[in-house]
Amino acid sequence: MNYFPDEVLEHVFDFLTSHRDRNAVSLVCSLWYRVERFSRQRVFIGNCYAISPEKLIKRFPGLKSLTLKGKHHFADFNLVPYDWGGYVQPWIEALAKSRIGLEELRLKRMVVSDESLELLSRSFANFKALVLVSCEGFTTDGLAAIAANCRFLRELDLQENEIDDHSGHWLSCFPDSCTSLTSLNFACLKGEINSASLERLVARSPNLRSLRLNRSVPLETLQKILVQAPLLVDLGTGSYVHDPDSETYNKLKTTILTCKSIRNLSGFLEVDPRCLPAIFPICLNLTYLNLSYAAGIHGSELIKLIRRCAKLQRLWILDCIGDKGLEVVASTCNELQELRVFPSDPLGIGHDAVTEYGLVAISIGCPKLHSLLYFCQQMTNAALITVARNCPNFIRFRLCILDPTKPDAVTMQPLDDGFGAIVQSCKFLRRLSLTGLLTDQVFRYIGMYAEQLEMLSVAFAGNSDKGMLYVLNGCKKLRKLEIMDCPFGNGALLSDAGKYETMRSLWMSSCEITLSGCKTLAKMMPRLNVEIINEHDQMEICPEDDGQRVGKLYLYRTLVGPRKDAPEFVWNL
Amino acid sequence: MSPDLPKSDVSSGLNFKETELTLGLPGEIGRGTSSLIQIPGSSSAKLTGTKRGFSQAAMDLNLGRSFSVEHDDSACEQSESENEDLSVAKPPSAKAQILGWPPVRAFRKNVITKSCHLVKVAMDGAPYLRKVDLEMYNSYQQLLSALEEMLISCSTIPTHPTRNYLDEKKLMDPASGVEYVPIYEDKDGDLMLVGDVPWKMFVESCKRLRLIKISEAIGPDPRTPQQSASCTS
Repeated sequence: MNYFPDEVLEHVFDFLTSHRDRNAVSLVCSLWYRVERFSRQRVFIGNCYAISPEKLIKRFPGLKSLTLKGKHHFADFNLVPYDWGGYVQPWIEALAKSRIGLEELRLKRMVVSDESLELLSRSFANFKALVLVSCEGFTTDGLAAIAANCRFLRELDLQENEIDDHSGHWLSCFPDSCTSLTSLNFACLKGEINSASLERLVARSPNLRSLRLNRSVPLETLQKILVQAPLLVDLGTGSYVHDPDSETYNKLKTTILTCKSIRNLSGFLEVDPRCLPAIFPICLNLTYLNLSYAAGIHGSELIKLIRRCAKLQRLWILDCIGDKGLEVVASTCNELQELRVFPSDPLGIGHDAVTEYGLVAISIGCPKLHSLLYFCQQMTNAALITVARNCPNFIRFRLCILDPTKPDAVTMQPLDDGFGAIVQSCKFLRRLSLTGLLTDQVFRYIGMYAEQLEMLSVAFAGNSDKGMLYVLNGCKKLRKLEIMDCPFGNGALLSDAGKYETMRSLWMSSCEITLSGCKTLAKMMPRLNVEIINEHDQMEICPEDDGQRVGKLYLYRTLVGPRKDAPEFVWNL
Repeated sequence: MSPDLPKSDVSSGLNFKETELTLGLPGEIGRGTSSLIQIPGSSSAKLTGTKRGFSQAAMDLNLGRSFSVEHDDSACEQSESENEDLSVAKPPSAKAQILGWPPVRAFRKNVITKSCHLVKVAMDGAPYLRKVDLEMYNSYQQLLSALEEMLISCSTIPTHPTRNYLDEKKLMDPASGVEYVPIYEDKDGDLMLVGDVPWKMFVESCKRLRLIKISEAIGPDPRTPQQSASCTS
């Protein structure tokens, strides 16, 4: 291979699309490293504090597309304080100063300011795609800057962000000359938008294939938009409420008949179920249906809808569908690959929740299922064993029993054997979340069988350090381990410190580890950032009391040492 | 140092709203409080030497209903009416208040949990009350249709809530010809006519609903509904 000119190597590397493959290739020899780095256009950084923007820019001068992740996953559940970090500003500043021709930026759980968005919009002439997932810190003014200044914008995708909405005018900031939009998702915005501006924008975007509206967009506007965009593939409705006897609704029914390309359907944050028949004609084409925000569609209407969706591959739904509803899914959606069942009553008692019956039914009817997120009222070992047998292809298996320490609902035993069956049967399992009454035994199974496991989430499980040790010793491909409220202490934490350098991160909250253990680990492993999140006065009063338990530990490997933007309640040991 | 909450505050629901956002350990801002840390050297019964354990954490963190404290007031007020229902059931609702549990994204939780606002509905002459979830409806018309279906005795003739020239909303039982006017009790305890304020404002302020017979609503003459209606202002 050394005799090939660089261009040939580069051409070969072009066929490598996954980051991991390209990363692997760059380790072969210095020649390959060099060719690879100059030809790399897409970079994925799973932890923004693992590397610095300067190092990134130096290594990949041809960078066009950057993905960055900030806060830890548990920030989603309010376990990470508001100003913990994860700011995108330094990245954008550094990129802006460089000669990088950034075209795409994808951010997850980062803090984005209007200033950052403004700078982004002005610094890269060819900027094409902005995707923000679970970010915060910005307002619609920042969006206005993106709309106004990114002349070739194709994609603006906002997923579940906390955006301060100063209302509708940002949409009007797309200039008349902007005709390049292919994807626009503002479903998470809470405020009003100008319908006329939206209609005009859609009318001048002939390449628009994905459009997700927010709940303020009325049905009349939806109808007018669909007339302008019959080639839409992905649609998220706005307010899906109207008098079903009205002319507007009838017009919508007719218009939808022309939308033969729609494959993904979501939205319905506001819905009048009497208007659902309008979408029946397109149901058979759907491969992705997300009704997880549609609290207004109940039992029987939900089932009526799903019966028409025989080609579904991905279904996101609320647990008010019930076990009976899941049986309908199982008999109708035989192509199903991904199922997510969310709790419709996360703070309550869960009257409508699903149980092990629904899951077993799904496992029988949907043999292609490989990704599952299932919030349920209860579970049994027998059910899990059956599911494991019926669906050996799971890549992601996340089970969340709403009462997290609940035993097998029939035998009252721990659910160790059930999860053991899952890991034993599903040899390609990469992600696992456990709940229920669980002892060290389940971790022994995981250590023994979960050879491909990369991410493990655990809460209220285990009896002793052995549990964590089984996992650390057994799961060779483990990258992310997140633990809350388990009796794992310093013994487990310190048993194999080198392991953490092979992982992206470890999170432990409300466990048995102490300050002393964390300090020891930090001393042993200089290439790890060992951060304690301390929001109480206790630790400040007794910073020398190494015996005190640590509330939240977040450690991660990094090439750039302790971060300089940590707030005072984050201690880097 | 530990959040020392009088249990009476929790169960009675009194002044819960006022204290909801301010209770917590000093120094907490923005989202989420952190988990408990053991008091060094203390053998406090509340914070025991082992991991916090599920029910222990539940009792200690009985701070309030909302997880993320920075959300707008309507979310808290919304949950007020649920408090009466859930505060009596201790273990399930206590469990629901563990920080970080269930593992549902805060964004999603806020969108979904807003959609349950149960209020009692009383109808004159009916021996028992009903309950409706106001969040299930998007307009007065939807609500009134549902009330009609629910409360007015079996009628095969489909009816629609009538609106007279003053745009009042009334319900009618076609079997008996009796008309009802929907009124509600708002947060201040005042009795209000349904329909005056925008729908969303109504949902936020409505505590209970009542359907009163026209004759009681307006005046002394129950047999001339048109006349009664025109007297209403």
